[in-house]
Amino acid sequence: MSNSPPRSHPPLAAPPEGAAASLGRPGGSSERTVTLEVLRYDPDTDSEARFQRYEVVCQEEWVVLDALNKVKADIDPTLNYRWSCHMAVCGSCGMMINGEPKLSCHAFLRNYEGVIRIEPLANFPIERDLVVAPDDFMDKLKRVKPYLIPKQEKPISEGEYKQTPAQLMKYRQYSMCINCMLCYAACPQYGLTPSFIGPAALTLAHRYNQDSRDGGRKERQEVAATHEGVWECTFVGACSEVCPAHVDPASALQQMKITSSIDWIVEHLIPGGKP
Amino acid sequence: METITTDIAIVGAGGAGLRAAIALAETNPALRIALISKVYPMRSHTCAAEGGAAGVIKPDDSFDMHFDDTVGGGDWLSDQDCVEYFIHEAPKELLQLEHWGCPWNREADGSVSVRPFGGMKKKRTWFAADKSGFHILHTLFQTSLKFPSITRYDEYYALDLLVDDGRCQGLTAMEMRSGELRQFHAKSVIIAGGGAGRMFPFSTNGAIKTGDGMAMAYRAGAPLKDMEFVQYHPTGLPNTGSLLTEACRGEGGILVNKNGRRYLQDYGMGPETPVGKPQLKTMELGPRDRVSQAYWHELQKGNTVTTQWGECVLLDMRHLGEKMINERLPLVRELAEAYLGVDIVREAVPIRPVVHYMMGGISTNTAAATPLPGLFAAGECACVSLNGANRLGSNSLVELLVFGRRAALSAIEHLQDLPPANTVALNARAGETQARIDELFSRSDGTESMSGLRKEMMDTMEKNVGIYRTEAGLKEGVDKIHELRQRYRRVILTDKSSVFNTDLFQVLELGSMLDCAEAVTVGALARKESRGAHQRLDFVERDDTNYLRHTMVYHQGMDSPRIDYLDVVITKSPPGVRDYSGDHK
Repeated sequence: MSNSPPRSHPPLAAPPEGAAASLGRPGGSSERTVTLEVLRYDPDTDSEARFQRYEVVCQEEWVVLDALNKVKADIDPTLNYRWSCHMAVCGSCGMMINGEPKLSCHAFLRNYEGVIRIEPLANFPIERDLVVAPDDFMDKLKRVKPYLIPKQEKPISEGEYKQTPAQLMKYRQYSMCINCMLCYAACPQYGLTPSFIGPAALTLAHRYNQDSRDGGRKERQEVAATHEGVWECTFVGACSEVCPAHVDPASALQQMKITSSIDWIVEHLIPGGKP
Repeated sequence: METITTDIAIVGAGGAGLRAAIALAETNPALRIALISKVYPMRSHTCAAEGGAAGVIKPDDSFDMHFDDTVGGGDWLSDQDCVEYFIHEAPKELLQLEHWGCPWNREADGSVSVRPFGGMKKKRTWFAADKSGFHILHTLFQTSLKFPSITRYDEYYALDLLVDDGRCQGLTAMEMRSGELRQFHAKSVIIAGGGAGRMFPFSTNGAIKTGDGMAMAYRAGAPLKDMEFVQYHPTGLPNTGSLLTEACRGEGGILVNKNGRRYLQDYGMGPETPVGKPQLKTMELGPRDRVSQAYWHELQKGNTVTTQWGECVLLDMRHLGEKMINERLPLVRELAEAYLGVDIVREAVPIRPVVHYMMGGISTNTAAATPLPGLFAAGECACVSLNGANRLGSNSLVELLVFGRRAALSAIEHLQDLPPANTVALNARAGETQARIDELFSRSDGTESMSGLRKEMMDTMEKNVGIYRTEAGLKEGVDKIHELRQRYRRVILTDKSSVFNTDLFQVLELGSMLDCAEAVTVGALARKESRGAHQRLDFVERDDTNYLRHTMVYHQGMDSPRIDYLDVVITKSPPGVRDYSGDHK
């Protein structure tokens, strides 16, 4: 497209190249029978978890969540899972799909062949079926003080804190976390050492540390720079691979390690140094 | 049943509930605050709002202009004292969010950026890319973690308000993890439970938007106001209903029919403006009701594009270029690519109108108080009469903040000089909830499936209470919803487990939606005029003589509800003509 927009738009009666495919076939898309193998567990009645199979007639373009919703509505009302937005922003519907942590609203059936195995998110206790207890994550989120601790308080009447687009870009990526906990399910270190604060919470600490308006890094370091904090991370990078919001927690944790090291050098090697 | 005694209980932990909780904690740190929600706060549907939040901040803008845009956009059904309060509070609330760390987009000089939005005469919509609601919600949630006096009850499903001595004194709720009922004794209750868009089959709303807060207040005797006004957002993805923000058009995207014609010019929103140079308050920046109605007319004329997902028009953003799209509309690009396989940089995306927002809700005054003493409401579940007959995009995110805070202040005022609670009476009320749940679990004569009833409700709403309505269709809708409410008493609960029983919650949510649907249908049938989002093919004109007033619907058990009316508050803007011609008239 040229930079100066045309006065009147080109007619689209004959859709442009590429659009034809996107408009699809009038009269509906193709159907496919999908086999789901879903972990079931009800602490009221079950001594251990089991798998249950469902055969579901699906539209080719559906996501795994659509298939689960069809099971729930038409086949088995007793199946339990969380979901809400169906657009990968509320973070409710994380689960293991063929062993990988995924948002089920963002796991497209077209990418799967054969039986699809669905389990609750790894590394969290199961409440029931695909529903896990996020208490540990919620607790860790709070511990990193994920809120602005202003460098200088000023009243609302004095207007906004100035922040240039470049300053915004320093932390914006790290503010995109939807708290879906996929990174905790993917993190081998969290699996081994449950006291590890973990990728999402540490990234959120980093997000505020990097904010030009914030002066709270020292307070957050009390949690973030400990052996439960960034130093527990072994930089496997699984967190960034599974992140549906492209937050890249691994890079946040690397940056935090670097700044923590600089703190240490300043404190211990420079005479009179204060981090 | 365990009793939790608190000072103020809030139902709903989205934008309005969190803002209320923070205001309570800041105003009086000694107050005990119970924040109750059926989901973890970050899951609340505020997260799905994309475009932004309106507040006068730039030197070329004025409060009067925001007032006029809102009142005209609402087709003069807004209470003007409410609008006046709102526009003055809006910038303060948005600045407050900035001080709490919200990552608003910025100008080169470090000041906040604003973007154009539908029906607004000036650029005044603050935004954080196209994830504004997400950032507002997370900023509020994270800020709320600072306050030890806010006790959260995450994944508690609220059931009934406890009303005694003519005032609201708490509620019952079920801990979803254990299935155990709890009663919360509170001196004030704030409902911030969101809208009810899931009554309709095709909606931008998340699964949780089932009108539980509205229905709970309605059943307790508080009236629902103006429920017939249901907003269709003009641009939803045709398969999933996912929202493509109005900012698509604010940034310069255009709507074309199958002939490539920018058809909005044929429906009072022209003349055509240059492509890629959006002009405020005309063409693609018309208000949502008018733009959605234009789609309906194009459909009647056979001007829509047939796709595998049904009839659509095209939203074309190709001329914006990849750089601008990535910077300002990254989520839109992702959504269209993922769910439809369309890259908006290279192709026009098929879209159609989709149910988005309830203008109506629990009737409140400008102080966010309902007619039931001790009960307050804010956000989409409330009808404070800011939005009138049609909400302007980017007013509702600010509404959450302004009236969430206002509800908190009113709830505190209510604490003064209250007589002590009669706990025996409250326990008896709570026992009624217990009996209701017990009956559901032990019901042996169930014949109706939850999903079957839900489908019939959704189909009825879509068929009879859509963008354009008729007497015959609305009568059919009223009768059908009445019938479904009767049949609902025989709904089957299949799952009898006490642990995270989503079959149970879906049954309860269906009950909430049927109550809301009743108020929508009877309100729509009774309003024999066309105004804003309520369009009647048999009464095509606005009728200020008979209907410049709010519909008030009162619950009457299993009988048909009672309808009353309340005059609109007009302070300075008498009903006039809505002009979206771009100053050409």
